[in-house]
Amino acid sequence: MAEKVLVKGNEALAEAAILSGCRHYFGYPITPQTEIAAYMAKRMPKVGGVFLQAESEVAAANMVFGAAGAGARALTSSSSPGISLKAEALSYIAGCDLPCVVVNIVRAGPGLGGIQPAQSDYFQATKGHGHGDYQMIVLAPSSVQEIIHLTADAFDLADLYRMPVMIIGDGMLGQMMEPVEFDLGERRKLPEKTWATTGTEKKRPHNVINSLIMNPDDLEACVRERYERYELIKEKEAMAEEYMMDDADFMITAYGTTARIAKNAIAELREKGIKVGLVRPITLWPFPEKVYQKYQDKVSAILSVEMSMGQMVDDVKLAVSGKVPVHFFGRTGGNVPYPAEIVEAMEKIAGGDK
Amino acid sequence: MQQVFKRPDALCDVNLHYCPGCTHGIVHRLVAEVLDELGIEGKAIGVAPVGCSVFAYDYWNCDMQQAAHGRAPAVATGIKRVRPDNVVFTYQGDGDLASIGTAETVHAAMRGENITIIFINNAIYGMTGGQMAPTTLPGQVTQTSPYGRDPKTQGYPIRMSEMLSKTDGAAYIERVSVDSVKNINSAKKAIKKAFQTQLDGKGFSMVEVLSTCPTNWGKSPKEALEWLRENMMPYYPLGVYTDKTAENKAE
Amino acid sequence: MAKVVFREERCKGCYLCMDVCPKKIIVVAEDRMNAKGFRPVEVLKMDECLGCAMCATMCPDCVIEVFK
Repeated sequence: MAEKVLVKGNEALAEAAILSGCRHYFGYPITPQTEIAAYMAKRMPKVGGVFLQAESEVAAANMVFGAAGAGARALTSSSSPGISLKAEALSYIAGCDLPCVVVNIVRAGPGLGGIQPAQSDYFQATKGHGHGDYQMIVLAPSSVQEIIHLTADAFDLADLYRMPVMIIGDGMLGQMMEPVEFDLGERRKLPEKTWATTGTEKKRPHNVINSLIMNPDDLEACVRERYERYELIKEKEAMAEEYMMDDADFMITAYGTTARIAKNAIAELREKGIKVGLVRPITLWPFPEKVYQKYQDKVSAILSVEMSMGQMVDDVKLAVSGKVPVHFFGRTGGNVPYPAEIVEAMEKIAGGDK
Repeated sequence: MQQVFKRPDALCDVNLHYCPGCTHGIVHRLVAEVLDELGIEGKAIGVAPVGCSVFAYDYWNCDMQQAAHGRAPAVATGIKRVRPDNVVFTYQGDGDLASIGTAETVHAAMRGENITIIFINNAIYGMTGGQMAPTTLPGQVTQTSPYGRDPKTQGYPIRMSEMLSKTDGAAYIERVSVDSVKNINSAKKAIKKAFQTQLDGKGFSMVEVLSTCPTNWGKSPKEALEWLRENMMPYYPLGVYTDKTAENKAE
Repeated sequence: MAKVVFREERCKGCYLCMDVCPKKIIVVAEDRMNAKGFRPVEVLKMDECLGCAMCATMCPDCVIEVFK
């Protein structure tokens, strides 16, 4: 067993990336994720890697695009306004079927918004970053230890399915210190990157990394192939934590930081005799629909708690297709919900049902 | 009889999609000849832009990556930082390099990124059908400057070679033209030197090539070459703008 | 003795080669079109060819091979 050390979420993520074989980080400073860049700036030269502070988020993401094409495990990180700028490259990376990992330590928006924790980029992460028909796998850790595991998973998933993977957190998770082990566990077997731009050495036909397909039928075939892969991912990679759901009459659903607070609320609610459990999506895309469907006939209501005006709640509703009422409670603008607020929201729902 | 001129190996044996008389084809061939002569086709990785030369990834036999509009220098940076022993180059037009990708271009030069850029300046957006480019000359009529480019409202043409020559990181910058056999031969020498600059690890190199767009200029291929000589050359003088390759050698 | 060989099907009829030929022996082939619909070029007086390769240097489409 590896030794336990006390680290910040952002730094844990950076170190886990290095342990996962990432040697190329391209970034741009933005609060509240700058610790990742700062850590990489210090560590990369020590492990023979590259840290490059780009001229812009746009450039950083396009450097990742190039590095990924050249076969490297490349990483960039940012926070909400920066992710908007990276959207262009993410679309190209997806369109070229390249693997990469991008971190969004979400801050409140829209516009410059604020720097406090938020989950208001759920739609952006799961449905709309760049242009075109494509998806990213989106991983939402809830603890510093989980950041480490999911960072390693992110690189593996990216390489396995040849697509961008996003790790989504918030300033609270990024700044939080917890005792962790840097043990990545057993990793998957991954295919060789025969498609990478390595130079032909005049021994093979040239590799071309490209998303431009002028023939509509060819482009459609390419996009359809990608969506077949997405179906496979939905089947195999959806992950969620089920917490105290065995005897639950009600479900709270929340991810990341909010799920931690929801657990406190659940303890309080159970003391009051209301049997509430938690479903915490770990993959926001693919959304763990089956877990919700498992409980749709068992619970009498679902409460989605988010640090937004209600974004994931739409996916919850789609998952249960009207079989159970889905409610929403959220704080936004950088405000983190108090357990008491969640308790109150749940009590209203439970009371209404009685 | 011996063959004294043939298609270079590094140029794929395919039809180029360019309009009749477009000088892109000449520059493509020059790059391929240089890749052949330096024996670097096998370790070259090219980056294609957005614009008329977007299909460049199908034209060179080396590994290729297609970049988003203007981002080729950033993409090339990513590749070069992963594979410093490979030869990484971009091929970009004026809209790509000098408008939407100005930041990427300037900062790649500032970093002294050890890559080579082939920059095609034909004073117009070709692919989209002839709009005003950052390099469109004052008074030049295009689809989006129908009364002629008026610097008072539409700004001045950008001289990239002059601008980048002021950056500390640029090792070699030359402006050439492909309007005549003599200038084509000089252009090839410049391209070769730019690649050699990278091979020697000297840093950022760029060759700006004055080029024609007969279709969107509304001229015959021959008239286009004349227009280039009479109008572009006075505004964009040919010559070496930076050459630190010798001074770096002394270090 | 020198000669040029045109890969006719690649010719786009820009005729830049005709202008740079010092002997002005490259002419438009008036009797045929290629599959692209262009009238390609040809040399009727090949014995006058110098093998200077100026035509090939100027050709944007790599149509011309030169032998000397």
